[in-house]
Amino acid sequence: MKTPDPRISIQQEDFDLAEEYQALRNRLGAQIGAIVCFSGLVRDRNPVAGDGGSVSTLRLEHYPGMTEQSILHIASAAEQRWPLLDWRIIHRIGDLTPSDQIVLVLVASAHREAAFGAAEFMMDYLKTRAVLWKKERSELGERWLDSTQADHERAEEWGTTSGD
Amino acid sequence: MSEESNPIEVHFFASLRERVGTARLSATADSLSEVHATLIQQLGTDRVAHLLAPNVRVAVNQQLIEGDWHSDLQPLPAGAEVAFLPPVTGG
Repeated sequence: MKTPDPRISIQQEDFDLAEEYQALRNRLGAQIGAIVCFSGLVRDRNPVAGDGGSVSTLRLEHYPGMTEQSILHIASAAEQRWPLLDWRIIHRIGDLTPSDQIVLVLVASAHREAAFGAAEFMMDYLKTRAVLWKKERSELGERWLDSTQADHERAEEWGTTSGD
Repeated sequence: MSEESNPIEVHFFASLRERVGTARLSATADSLSEVHATLIQQLGTDRVAHLLAPNVRVAVNQQLIEGDWHSDLQPLPAGAEVAFLPPVTGG
């Protein structure tokens, strides 16, 4: 129940982009025409959602089982919109510091439009629908972050296909 | 609450865990409406008020429910896991 799909990993450990990219290539072989790789990093400042101070730690919390399910819904919604060959999503949890990798989205398709579109869609929904919480610690104090208005607007632009 | 009330687990995440002051508690309740009554007894109305904010989502056995949880009379499954989720953000 904790792993609804082996292509989703919620983990404390860092990930290796090259390793994950190679694994995806190996799984599918020559039918792949495009792989889009997105990696999200912890920024040292968060002027929009945070307090704007210099970030020392970002703590990520999840709900084992439900977090994976919420991400699977997002990936499944992307699969319904674009002809994808495969994908891989890794989200880190625990205490991260600026410049750490936090999220990896890989999307493979025959043609690039699907991979670009689906990767962006997955990230927009990871920001607003994935069951994860971030607490930022900066020189100005500690606060729980909410997704920004801009995040919600971006997700809503995709229409009603939901990660619910 | 009846004698044969259903034992459940209640989980609080992130900012709600901090505001409520605990990550989980055990209770007996046959519906979310009864969970509300039990939480008021165990935590007091001030802390339960955080759980009534419109941006709080409630999940039963990891499925989000719609509508006002505190007035929900639908029977809870035996041994249900009830979770209170503040607004999420990943990525």
